[in-house]
Amino acid sequence: MKKFETVASIATPFPRANTDTDIIIPARHLKSIKRTGFGEHAFETVRFDADGERIKGNVFDSEKYKGAQILIAGDNFGCGSSREHAPWAIAELGFRCIIAPSFADIFAGNCVKNGILTVALLQEQVDALVLAAEAGHEIRIDLGEQTVACQNAHYDFPYNPAHKKMLLDGLDEVGQTLQAITAIRSYEDKQKLKTPWLFKA
Amino acid sequence: MSQTMPSTMYDKIWANHIVEIFEDGASLIYIDRHLVHEVTSPQAFDGLRAAGRTVHRIDSIIAVPDHNVPTKDRDQPNPDPMSTAQLSALETNAREFDLDYITMDDVRQGIVHVVGPEQGFTQPGVTLVCGDSHTSTHGAFGALAFGIGTSEVEHVLATQTLQLSKSRNMRVTVTGVLPAGCSAKDVALAIIGAIGTAGGTGYVIEYAGPVIEALSVEGRMTLCNMSIEAGARAGLVAPDDKTCAYLKGRPYAPTDAQWDDAVAFWKSLASDKNAVFDKEITLDGNDIVPLVTWGTSPEDVVPVTGFVPELASFEDRDKQQAVQKALDYMGLEEGQAITDVPVDRVFIGSCTNSRIEDMREAASVLKGRRVADTVIEAMVVPGSGLVKLQAEDEGLDKIFLDAGFQWREPGCSMCLAMNPDKAGAGEHVASTSNRNFVGRQGPGARTHLVSPAMAAAAAVAGHFVDVRDF
Repeated sequence: MKKFETVASIATPFPRANTDTDIIIPARHLKSIKRTGFGEHAFETVRFDADGERIKGNVFDSEKYKGAQILIAGDNFGCGSSREHAPWAIAELGFRCIIAPSFADIFAGNCVKNGILTVALLQEQVDALVLAAEAGHEIRIDLGEQTVACQNAHYDFPYNPAHKKMLLDGLDEVGQTLQAITAIRSYEDKQKLKTPWLFKA
Repeated sequence: MSQTMPSTMYDKIWANHIVEIFEDGASLIYIDRHLVHEVTSPQAFDGLRAAGRTVHRIDSIIAVPDHNVPTKDRDQPNPDPMSTAQLSALETNAREFDLDYITMDDVRQGIVHVVGPEQGFTQPGVTLVCGDSHTSTHGAFGALAFGIGTSEVEHVLATQTLQLSKSRNMRVTVTGVLPAGCSAKDVALAIIGAIGTAGGTGYVIEYAGPVIEALSVEGRMTLCNMSIEAGARAGLVAPDDKTCAYLKGRPYAPTDAQWDDAVAFWKSLASDKNAVFDKEITLDGNDIVPLVTWGTSPEDVVPVTGFVPELASFEDRDKQQAVQKALDYMGLEEGQAITDVPVDRVFIGSCTNSRIEDMREAASVLKGRRVADTVIEAMVVPGSGLVKLQAEDEGLDKIFLDAGFQWREPGCSMCLAMNPDKAGAGEHVASTSNRNFVGRQGPGARTHLVSPAMAAAAAVAGHFVDVRDF
C-alpha cells in the first residue's frame, strides 16, 4: 500500500449528507470477481441518468475537478451497507482522502484497510472547504501533523494513532502482520518438529 | 510447560497456534489448513497480485470449485457467465500460485467441506479456515475450523495467520441413546431449537456425551456443520478411534512412523477432565425425535408429530410479528399439523448431508418405493465425486433413480441456489441443507430442513411424514 504522508491537490465537492454506500456503489455491481473495476460504477446515480447517459456537470466527471485526490463530503458519509466495495470504488476514482463532518464507523474502518484517509472537521470548516474547492484552490493535508491547510486557513483534525501508523507506514493489515514474519517463520520451525506431518517435504 | 490449569480442547488448540500476543489481548494465530473455492477467493488473489505478494505456504491449501458448479450437463457450456468467470478465475489463480487444485471433472471434486475430510486434509488439532461459514464442519475431527471473509482469505494466503480474539468455551452434552429413525441432523436441529440461533454467539461449542461418541465421523460432521446456525464460531468433537480409523490411509494423512506420533498427539487434545466451560448445556438424547423446520430460521423446529406454533405461544409482541411474517412467507397457518404440509420439491445434498452415510440413510427409506406424483422434482446431489462413486458401487444410485430421484454431479447446488438448481416461488422444499432463510433456495422458495431419511420419506408421501412409521 502506498505510504500516506501529505496530499496536496484540488478537491471535488460533494457535500450531500447521509451519502450511503449504495450511492457510492450500487449492490447490482457487486457480482464481480475483481476488487477493481468498481470505479466506473461509483456514484452511478449521480453520474448517469436512467438511460445510462452521463449527467452533464456532475462533479465526478467534470474537467474542473479532474485529478482531484480529495473529496469534500457531507455529514455521516458512507452510512448503510458495510460493503468494502465502497472504498474500492472511491479509490479508483483517484481519491486518497475524504473530508467530511463525520463518517460511518464501518466505512471509515474499510477506508483505512484500503489506504484512504478520512478527515473529520467541523461543519463550518467543511463548508469553507467546499467553497475553496469550487473556487479551484489547492488543499493540503498533512497526516503526520494532522492538519488541513487551504490558503490562509489551517485546521487540526483528530485521528486514531494505530490507523495513522498504518497509513504513514503504507501498511495494510496484511503488511502489518508481515512485520511479524520472523515470528511466523520461527513458529513454523517449531511446529515442523512437533507436527511434521502437517508440512510437505 | 506446566499444566496446572485444566484446559478445554479449544484452549489447547488455541494455545498451540499463538504466534504473538498483542497489547490489546488479541493474538496472531497460525493457520495450518486453507480450503479455497471460486466465490470468495478471486478478490483475495487479486489483492495479493496488486500488492506484489505471494502465497506463504502452498502446501496448506486445497482449491476446489463447488458453490456455483452445474450439477448436470457438465459437457455443455455453463449457462451462467458469472459462474464461468468465477470458475475460470479459480483455475487461473490456482495455476498461477501453484496450488493443489481439483478441477471440475476430477473424481475428487465436490463441496469443500466434504473434500477436505475425504482427502485427509482435515486433521485433529489443526486450525482450518475457508471463505465459507460452514467451515465449522471440520470440527468433527477436533480441528479448530471456522469461516472467514475475503479480506481474511487474502490475509491467510499472504501471512498464514489471522489476528483474532479468543472465543469462550461452551459444552453441549447429549446423554442417552439416539432413538431409531433419528440421525445427526435431528441432534443438530434439536440443539439449535433448544439454544436458539444466537445461543452459541461468542462461543466455540464442544459436543460431548454418549450420543456424540456413538455418532459416526460423518454424523459428527453434520452436527459441527450446523454450529454456525447456533451462532457459534466453531464446533468441536474430541478425536477418538473412529476419527483415526477414518483418516488412516487418506492422501494427506500422516504415514509410516509419523502415524503413531500423530495419533498420540491427537489423543492428547481432548478436554482435561476438570476443564471449566463458560457455559454448559445438557440434552437428553432419548427425547430426540425426527424434526422439521416450519419457519425461516433454523431454530424454528418442531417434531414431525407436532404443529406449526400458535402466535399466542410467543410472549413477546415483536416475536409474534416476526412469526407472523415467517408464516406468511412459508404459506402456513398457525396450529397446522406438520404432516399436512405438502412437499413440492426434495433436495438431498449440501455440506450438511451429502456424505455416503447420508446417501445410505435416504436410500434405505426409498428402496422399493416411488416419489409421489405431486412432487415436481426430487434430486440427490452427492457431496463429492468419490461419494458418488462409492454410492454407485453400492447400487444406491439405482435405488434413487428407480424411486424417481435425479442423480446429479457434486456441488453445493440447491442449498444456496447459486447454480441453476433452484426451487420456484411458493414451493415447499424438503431439504437436507442448513439454512431455511427467505429466498435461500430461490426467490419465494419455502425451505423445510430435515434429515436425509425424513426428506426421502417426504418425497414418497408427497408431504412431511414420520419416517419412524415407514
